[in-house]
Amino acid sequence: MNAPQNDTPILRAEHFSKYLTGRKILDDCSISMRPGDVKVLIGPSGAGKSTFLQCINCLLEPDEGEIWLGERRVDFKNTRELYDLRQHVGMIFQDFKLFDHLSAENNVALALRKVRGLSKAEALKRAHEELARVGLEDKAKLYPAQLSGGQKQRVAIARALAMDPTILLLDEPTSALDPELVGEVLTVIRDLAARGMPMIMVTHQMEFARAVATEILFMEAGHVIEQGSPEELLAPGAQTRTQDFCTRLYELCGETPVEEG
Amino acid sequence: MLDFLDINFLTGRVMPYLDRGLVMSLQLIIPAALIGGFIGVVMGVMRVFGTPWMRRGTDAVVAVIRGVPLTVQLMVLYFGLPSVPGLKIYLSPYAAALIGFIVCTASYQSEYVRGALLSIRQGQIRAAQALGMTRWQTILSVVVPQAVRRALPGCGNEIIYLVKYSSLAYIVTCIELTGEAKVLVSRTFRPTEVYLVAACYYLVMVSAATYLLAKLEKKLAIPGFGTQK
Repeated sequence: MNAPQNDTPILRAEHFSKYLTGRKILDDCSISMRPGDVKVLIGPSGAGKSTFLQCINCLLEPDEGEIWLGERRVDFKNTRELYDLRQHVGMIFQDFKLFDHLSAENNVALALRKVRGLSKAEALKRAHEELARVGLEDKAKLYPAQLSGGQKQRVAIARALAMDPTILLLDEPTSALDPELVGEVLTVIRDLAARGMPMIMVTHQMEFARAVATEILFMEAGHVIEQGSPEELLAPGAQTRTQDFCTRLYELCGETPVEEG
Repeated sequence: MLDFLDINFLTGRVMPYLDRGLVMSLQLIIPAALIGGFIGVVMGVMRVFGTPWMRRGTDAVVAVIRGVPLTVQLMVLYFGLPSVPGLKIYLSPYAAALIGFIVCTASYQSEYVRGALLSIRQGQIRAAQALGMTRWQTILSVVVPQAVRRALPGCGNEIIYLVKYSSLAYIVTCIELTGEAKVLVSRTFRPTEVYLVAACYYLVMVSAATYLLAKLEKKLAIPGFGTQK
């Protein structure tokens, strides 16, 4: 991937609106990503966070709005441009969505072969590199049914990274995991952030969000209500909706989620 | 009067006759199972993922084939087609029987495959899309390999049925196992022994098919699919 100038957004999603079953789920939401940006979407359930995320790689086609990859506007009615966009935008799902019939290595290798046209040997080599990056080189031959939730999510991350995405979307990547497995996935995501992988993440792990986010977007009822750095939004006495929401989240969950490393 | 279940009669007369029929039966069953199975998968995919016209077309074919007795279908193919004005298709007994079986088994197989395709979780399709895979790449390399494994027990059942309904071929004068048995009975008037041996032959064929299908299931088994670990 050719790295754009530091101040040119690598991806912009502008004025997204989306109707589902006659209701406006998303109303004029925009987000702009520069290299190294880690943006976290938070907000109550039903706010439109996941919808927003899925519109960015057109798994849900936005009813209104534009997507720009660098200087180029993506015409997502054009299937070629659509497939190209999705290669640039990796996605991690809450429930992993691994291919059940393929071993970990082949889960990673499949799209390399089908989309990138790599040979089987090349694809597997790359798959092993990616699995090693998420600490799963010894699990390459295992099938999803033989992996723990945390391992599955790490395979999913390796699968997305193998496509060399320009940006990564993460839709509540740890909320389907048992508490003791959350840490291993967060560690991988933290490493990615440290290496400058641009990410947009929906999460309820507020401590983690505060630690890695360059910006927090607070959504409610389809709108981005607040937007700013964690320091601004979560400063003591900031009186923001974000802070209010986080406080309530802490009260509900008791303690903040376990943080390691 | 000869002894009932006379070994010489069975091995010297019945078995050579029925062996010939058995060969013909296998010549019907094996291609019908393979070609019909393949077409069944294609039809199943068309019925689930095809364009609206593909769906309507294949649904209609299946509705007709499943709605009409196989005997009648075979009669139409063999006795009916030659008298269609402008068409005048003459099929050999073997061709008529084979085509009838292929179409019939494909329709039933497509139903098993369709059910299996629908059981594959939408999530995996989304994941494939998110990786930039096209619709048909997703269907062929994610959905179908899983669906085939899910459909295998049902498809195996259909093959077992096929072994037995292949006995209908004799009504279009394609003389297979049952046909040979009938001919032999009319010559020897010893239906009990002849049909007993024929029944054993079918039992052996079904057992062999069951064994092979179990092996195939085992070979395709993947952790998370089927019962074997």
